Amino acid sequence: MLRLLLVLTLAAGPAAADGLTADHARRLEHLVVQDCGSCHGLTRKGGLGSPLTAEALAHFEPEGIAMVILDGVPGTAMPPWRPLLSDEEALWIAEYLLKDDDK
Amino acid sequence: MTRLAALLLTLVLAAPAVAEPSYRATGDLGLIVERASGSLLVIDQSERAAIGRIEGLGDLSHASLVYSPDEHFAFVFGRDGALTKVDILSREIAGRVIQAGNSIGGAISDDGRLVAVANYEPGGVRVFDADTLEMVADIPTGSKTIGLVDIPGRRFVFSLWDAGETWIADLSSEEPRITRIAGIGKNPYDALVTGDGRTYIAGLFGEDGLTALDLWDDQPAPRRILPEYGRGQEDLPVYKMPHLEGWALAGDQFVLPAVGQHEVLWVDAGTLDEAGRTRTHGQPVFAMARPGGRHVWVNFAPPFNDTLQVIDTRTHAVIHQMTPGPAVLHMEFTARGTEVWVSVRDANRVDIYDTATFEKLGEIAAQSPSGIFFTARAHRMGL
Repeated sequence: MLRLLLVLTLAAGPAAADGLTADHARRLEHLVVQDCGSCHGLTRKGGLGSPLTAEALAHFEPEGIAMVILDGVPGTAMPPWRPLLSDEEALWIAEYLLKDDDK
Repeated sequence: MTRLAALLLTLVLAAPAVAEPSYRATGDLGLIVERASGSLLVIDQSERAAIGRIEGLGDLSHASLVYSPDEHFAFVFGRDGALTKVDILSREIAGRVIQAGNSIGGAISDDGRLVAVANYEPGGVRVFDADTLEMVADIPTGSKTIGLVDIPGRRFVFSLWDAGETWIADLSSEEPRITRIAGIGKNPYDALVTGDGRTYIAGLFGEDGLTALDLWDDQPAPRRILPEYGRGQEDLPVYKMPHLEGWALAGDQFVLPAVGQHEVLWVDAGTLDEAGRTRTHGQPVFAMARPGGRHVWVNFAPPFNDTLQVIDTRTHAVIHQMTPGPAVLHMEFTARGTEVWVSVRDANRVDIYDTATFEKLGEIAAQSPSGIFFTARAHRMGL
């Protein structure tokens, strides 16, 4: 729990600094729920893709998660999202996944 | 005896209703999955309207359902491993079991007695009594299990994502009998069975092509279809897996979505040889033949998922394109193909189109709608 709080605190910093507009953030959240949810589940407990709960991702750095989002995982069904998402957006999603654990 | 008493009591209680008929037939009803809110919208095809909502079904992303033979109940397969039986007349949950950690779809046996669910976690198939939802068989596969369909003789067919096998489970006797077929190909992602229960086609994610089985054979042998459809072209990122369902047969050819390409593929249903390709607006998700097979309607993966295309099955040419709105997820034809109902997820709307004129006939408000299922599916194999 302490560790989770720590991650949360660390993750919250850069996200706030990035300053995506509220509308932009809402669109990204929608993408996570709906499009990531197709494979990872709406509640992110996994499906064809692995679980993406904050607990499941707790030992990853946000930058590492953002890299996986942008480049995909070759040899698996995880596609590279770089054609559709910017670096900043991928990092926002990584941080969102790490802190949002109450679903 | 108590049952008889209960029946009599029910009759007595029901008596006043006779004076003022309140019964409703189910032949033109259907259900729309509202994936984010865990609810089902009950729809009436003739009225082109929603007539009620059933709530409390959990995580319905990617949820599908099948109907009991009397079109009174639906069995809903939730992503969270729940199997829920709903009464579409009373609009209540009639039974619910959390049968696995993570599931992907299901099927009902030809006699309507058994409901089978394909699971990712733990991988395998579990079979339940359709009346009581008690588990009657557990078939672990050690693999994520996909493409579950029913075939005649109380049998189910399904495929193993990790192992590249297809299994046939015969539940006509007490102990399930399993026929395993290896060599299906790398990472089958979904499968379909034709309406006659004969041909099972598994789509492959891990390599080009699909694999067909003739289920009329005692020991069906895998036969590769279109093994080179993507050759020479680089695969595009797949943002949504295509779906295969029993809508693929259009006259004497199958129409199939290509994985990682902007194409639908045509296959001669007799020889299983390629019969052409059609360049499409995006990567197809569903390629569905209108009942009768005259046209095929196609929707697409992100970022092209606001569009629908209609393809002529004789010329393979795109004859119509429309843009219903953001995130067109699913289409369902009325039983004779006069209308198509289209879920437009991010507009929170289901659109209804005339399949002959492509004119919009109406729309229904729905919360993040995905799958649309009319009760006519109750009488079709593989749905």
